Order: sequence, then C-alpha cells, then structure tokens
Amino acid sequence: MLNIEDLHVRIGDKEVLKGINLKIKEGETFILFGPNGSGKTTLLMAIMGFQGYEVTRGKIIFRGQDVTHMPTYERARLGIGMSFQRPPTIHGLKTKDLVQLCARDKEVDVPAMARTVNFESFLERDINDGFSGGEIKRSELLQLMAQDPYLVLFDEPESGVDLENMVLVGKTAKKLLDGPTEPSPFESMRDRRARHNTSGLIITHTGYILDYVNADRGQVMYNGVLCCDSRPNRPRDILDHISKYGYKECVRCLN
Amino acid sequence: MSELKEKNDPVNLDIYSFSGGDEAQQQDLAGISADDRGQLLMAGMDVREAHRSGTFLQFDHAQVHCKSCQKGVEVLGINDALKKYDGLPDYFWKAIDKEQDEFTRASAAATTQGGYFIRTEKGAKISDPVQSCMFIKGENTGQNVHNVIIVEEDSEVHIITGCATSHGVSSAMHLGISEIYVKKGGHLTFTMIHNWGDDVVVRPRTVGIVEEDGVFLSNYILLNRVKSVQSYPTVYLNGRGALARFNAVIVTPKGSYVDTGNRIVLNAPDTRGEIVSRTITTGGINIARGEIIANAVPAKGHLECKGLILGDGVIHAIPELVGTKTGVELSHEAAVGKIAQEEIEYLMARGLDEDEATSTIVRGFLNVDIMGLPKELKETIDRTIAEHEGEMF
Repeated sequence: MLNIEDLHVRIGDKEVLKGINLKIKEGETFILFGPNGSGKTTLLMAIMGFQGYEVTRGKIIFRGQDVTHMPTYERARLGIGMSFQRPPTIHGLKTKDLVQLCARDKEVDVPAMARTVNFESFLERDINDGFSGGEIKRSELLQLMAQDPYLVLFDEPESGVDLENMVLVGKTAKKLLDGPTEPSPFESMRDRRARHNTSGLIITHTGYILDYVNADRGQVMYNGVLCCDSRPNRPRDILDHISKYGYKECVRCLN
Repeated sequence: MSELKEKNDPVNLDIYSFSGGDEAQQQDLAGISADDRGQLLMAGMDVREAHRSGTFLQFDHAQVHCKSCQKGVEVLGINDALKKYDGLPDYFWKAIDKEQDEFTRASAAATTQGGYFIRTEKGAKISDPVQSCMFIKGENTGQNVHNVIIVEEDSEVHIITGCATSHGVSSAMHLGISEIYVKKGGHLTFTMIHNWGDDVVVRPRTVGIVEEDGVFLSNYILLNRVKSVQSYPTVYLNGRGALARFNAVIVTPKGSYVDTGNRIVLNAPDTRGEIVSRTITTGGINIARGEIIANAVPAKGHLECKGLILGDGVIHAIPELVGTKTGVELSHEAAVGKIAQEEIEYLMARGLDEDEATSTIVRGFLNVDIMGLPKELKETIDRTIAEHEGEMF
C-alpha cells in the first residue's frame, strides 16, 4: 500500500526527516509514537504533499505509483486521506457541501453518514466554524468516510476529545479501517473483509485510540528517524514502556 | 491615496438628461423584452411576480408598472403618493437634508421625479417581498428618483429593490434619494441589488430612522462592473431596543470604482448595530467604509469588513467607531488580503485541484445565505457569481 524509502524532508533550512523507511501493507494499521517535535506530523504532511515540506531525497510509493512529487489533490484522488488536527474554518462553505465534495462523483447519503457520527445538526454550519475538539474529529471522520480512501493518515485522534466523544471517534476510526463488522445478507464476512483493505497511519501520544482500533505494528519517531519496531500486533508494548521510562531508551538506541 | 482620489472623477451632471418622454403605464410585464427581463432578474425583479406582494418598475423617468397584490401593503409611485398624502409632510425630505451635497440639491431641483412609495399597514405581516426596480434604457439618461418607505408599527416586510441598465446603455447616471422610516416594533428587510453598466455613475443617498424595538436589516449586492458608485447609507436607531444589521457583498472588476459602506448611529439605550461586508476586487477600486456611532448606553456595535484582492485592484478599508458615552461597547475587525494557503491545501487534501479549491473558497466568501433571500433570487445571484469566476482568477 505505502512504501517509503530513505525519505528526507526539509522545512525551510531545517532537515526534519532524516531517512525514513516505512512499509505499510494493505489493511494494516501502523502506529507512530514519539515526542513532540520529532517529525511525526511532518511525515504525514510529506505523504500528503503539502507546500513547505520539501523532499530532498528518497521516495514515497503509494499502491505502486511514485507520488513523491505529485500535487496534493492527485494523491487524495489516488486514495490518501488525512484527518487534520487543526483544520481551518472556511466561511460560507457548509459542512454538508464539503462532505459531498469529498465524495467527488460517488453517490453518498450525506445525512445518513452524518448520523453515524452524530453530526447531522452540523451539516448546515460553516466547516470548522466554532467546532470543539471532538466536533472537529467527527467532522474530519465524516469527510474521510465520504472520501473512502485506501490509506488514512490520522494525526492524534484523541487530542482535544472528551471521553464520551472518544468512544465515538474510536469506533468510527475502527469502522473506517476495518469496514463494517456486522454480518450482511449480501456477502460473507470473509469477502467483505477482503474487499475492505483500508490501511492506517496513526499518530498517538496517549494511546487511547489503541482501545478501539486493531493496531498491527508501531514504531517510535525520534529526532527525524524511526526506531524501535514493535512486535506484531503489540504496539502497545512501546507505549507501556514510554509511559514508564520516557524516551531515554530511544536516545540510547539511536546513538 | 492621491491615486485613489484622482480615480473618482468629479461628476458632470450636465451631460445627463434628467427629463424625457413619460411612457404610459404598462400594466402587463409580459411585454418586456427577454434581454431586459434578464437584466431585471439579475437585479432581483421577477417579472412573473411569483411570490411577490407588490411590484414597482420604473424605466428611465417613467413609472411603467405599479401594483400591490397583498393586503396590508401599499405601493405607489412617489408622485401619486405626494398627491394622495398632501406632500407627505412628515416624510418627504425629512430624513435627508436637501442641502446635503450637490446631488441632493440636483435631485431636489429636478422637475421630473420618479421613485416609489411603499407603506405597510400597522400590524401587517407581509409574507412575500415587495419588489422594485429602477431601470435605465436610454443612453445618457440621468435618472432621478425619490423613494419613501414607511414600515408602520408592528408590521413586517421585505423589500427587494434593484437597479439595472439595459444592455444597449453604456453611459448613464442614477441619483436616488431614499428615506426609510421603521416605526415602533416594525421589521424591515431591505435588499438592494445593483446591476449597472460599464459607464454608469451612481449616487444614492439613503437614510433610515428606526423607532423603539424596530428592526432594520439591510442587504447590498453589487457583482458587476460600474463606473462609479458613491454612497453611505445611514441608519439612526432612535428608539430603545432598536436593531440594525447591514450585510454587503461587493465585487469590483477592473474599471469599477466603488466607495460605499454603512453608518449606524446608536441614539438610544439597548440599541445594537452590526455591519458585515465582504468585498473582492479583481482589478477595480473599492473603498470599504463603515462607521458605528454610539451616543447612548447600553449600546453595542460590531463592524466586520473582509476584503480579498484577486486582481491588481485596491481595497481600502476604513472602519470607524465613535463612542460618546461611558459604557458603550463597540468593536471592529478588518482584514484585507489573499485566500489563505491553508484553506486551499485543506480542500486539496480532499481531492479538489487548486482552481476548484479557490473557487469553492471564493463562493463561500461571497455567500449570501445570511441575507434570507427568496430561493430563485439566491439562485440567480449564485449563478452570477459562478459566471464571474472566470475573471476572478
């Protein structure tokens, strides 16, 4: 799904990512840990291709295509979707209209989709205008549901979200990654799972999201490099270690 | 600054003809040509009169159609109203001083005078809007109108008033005196849509007076090129609890000089005023004014003016606040700039290319939802904005 090779990224004069190698397979969910300022968000921004994140070396391959220098919108159309941490308000653009724009030519039932994230009453509001932390997450998830990407980039799903909303955000993120979990009269669960092969790249500090999504692998980003591969299906081990001992082991490991 | 001043040339009133043939009253609007009908539609006038409680239409100097079709609202030509109500002594030239400037003096001195008189009955809630349009069909026409609106106690009405020029006309002038009275508990929504020609000079003079608990909501839309507009509609909130809100959406293409804004004077306790303007220049000059004056407490006012420069035009925002009593609460925010890159990238991350993202943001910026316009009119405006996108970026 995603194959990043020796990626170096500069913001202005500063090299932030110093040789990232990362593979995420179809249907796999990868968790990224790391202290503030280590380059986690930069990696997401570089994958999405935003201005100001200059790739000086290395490649980003997405579903077999080299997207390293592709404009953002083409990456989005190929199936990379991102949940923003602090999305801008766009005055006069209604939430329901943006959700429809995310779906492009696909037919979507926007109100029905909104209902699943308890967001119907926001559809007529300008996007992100006065939204709380939890409302932003639900709005971002709703847009991603409409976009239906192959790869979801999720920057801190738990930031600014209260406990009640965390349950909804967590369950929705799981559904986005795993597809529907309830049996359907039209296809077997096996077929359904095979068809639904969304991958995820999630940044988390607290790990609350791990209570909801099935994380396959995890690594720590420290000072622009990836280290500390978790055992399969055990990214939580990393988190448990960090919460006990902090990142000093990373320093030792990388020096 | 000097460049700005030079561009607004003094107006030579002598080149315009302020009198002319009095066309017979034409009751059937179906006789209007398709082309003119299009121009009228873009100024808010629906010639089918669907969902309208009254219509007033004037061509050049002559009234061609005037009718009210709902109980509780009276629509007359101003000359008929002056005859019927003994010269409207309490209203005619009462809110505006004849001697205010050269244009009010010219208007007062002119022999031929058009314009409308709209009055609601006390307590009447008029569900459909009254529409009016001042249409210029003759080259070098100097149109001089005087309008009087009276919203009687506890009544409610929406007036949509448009101004337009026929496609063949390039040069013309419009002088418009509008005196608006909102009585105790009255509620007026006043939507003005300008659709002028390239070489038309426009000098409206508008004053509103609002009594206790009265509400004056004003919308102004100008999307097409016009040589020059200079206006500064002013509303006096003279009664306790009165409210005024102005919304404006203005586009100035290359060749347009638009100097306009709103002034609200809070003269009584518990009054509130709000001015919100959004302007885009694609090469023209826009002086975006706004002033809130508070002479009583408690009184609140907020002024917001946002400008986007998309061509090499000029936006000069002049927000002013004047408080003359301890305890007034006035604020303003003004921003002139470009579309935020962050907003474009957000939409690009959803699959919109740069042009799609930009036009989505511009359409949002010019959004008129807040104005509460009838559906077809809103669709016409949205269509006009869409047609302009080509020249915006």
